[in-house]
Amino acid sequence: MAHGESHAIAVEPTWEGGAAPYGIGSKKLGMWLFIAADSLTFSACLIAYSYVRLASPEWPRPFESGSIVNAIVMTACLLSSSLTMVIAVAAAALGERKKTVRFILFTIAGGVAFIVLHAQEWMALIDHEHVTPFSNPWGVPLFGATFFALTGLHMTHVTIGVIYLAIIATGIGRGKFTPEDVEVSGLYWHFVDLVWMFIFPMVYLLSNKS
Amino acid sequence: MSAQDAHVVGSTKLFIWVWFWLVLLTIIEVGLAYQHLGLALMIVILLGLSLMKSALIMAYFMHLKFERMSLILTIIPALVILICLMFISFPDSVRIHQLTPR
Repeated sequence: MAHGESHAIAVEPTWEGGAAPYGIGSKKLGMWLFIAADSLTFSACLIAYSYVRLASPEWPRPFESGSIVNAIVMTACLLSSSLTMVIAVAAAALGERKKTVRFILFTIAGGVAFIVLHAQEWMALIDHEHVTPFSNPWGVPLFGATFFALTGLHMTHVTIGVIYLAIIATGIGRGKFTPEDVEVSGLYWHFVDLVWMFIFPMVYLLSNKS
Repeated sequence: MSAQDAHVVGSTKLFIWVWFWLVLLTIIEVGLAYQHLGLALMIVILLGLSLMKSALIMAYFMHLKFERMSLILTIIPALVILICLMFISFPDSVRIHQLTPR
């Protein structure tokens, strides 16, 4: 009886599962699992930051309107790069190889612009405000510790994303990679964008000079 | 693989609309930052708006809306519960804030 049932499942599944219960390839499932794990890393960091931010009445607010405008432009770069990435994924699925490469290159440009603007912000804080991960002029060392840890971890992800996308763009151009590879790299890139949607308000907007 | 065909979903117009909403929510967040609200209230509002933005990104840009329910149920509820559990320490944070002499 049991044998008969399993045979029936193999031929005519009563649900859409069977060999691929999620209906996606293993690469994409792997990336989703990585994203789930990585989002917990960022959540832990952001929640620890929010905890100390809320517990410290003397938290500094060093970000003047110039820094906020800089951060808004950075946000726009990342959001727009996500838009170009999603267009690249759609183009890859339709087999338009040239368009895919072009839009991945736009995405990379957005990522590089983000890194350059962010590096400028870091240098301004380090050089002009003398903020380090362990000390700052306002006497709240946790400000530098949390700021550099959160934005540094995120910037590392963006840098890895830019390298990852460059590899995918080169491979797709040569016909080495499949549309699924582009989609998987897109998932990673959108995740990096998603994390910034939390870091930008929590780090910059809660420490603006108003 | 038939699953791959299913991922040609959403038009460029739809993605531009999502991008527009993401930008709009960002502008609202920046506007709120210059209102003099309480810190705890501000954190709640900004987190709420950021959650809306991340839902838009996951649903449309990451195509989760077009995936099978089994994938969504495998990934999202466990994440949400774990992240909610992390908030368990927040009342203590508010207590420290009130205890600290200014």
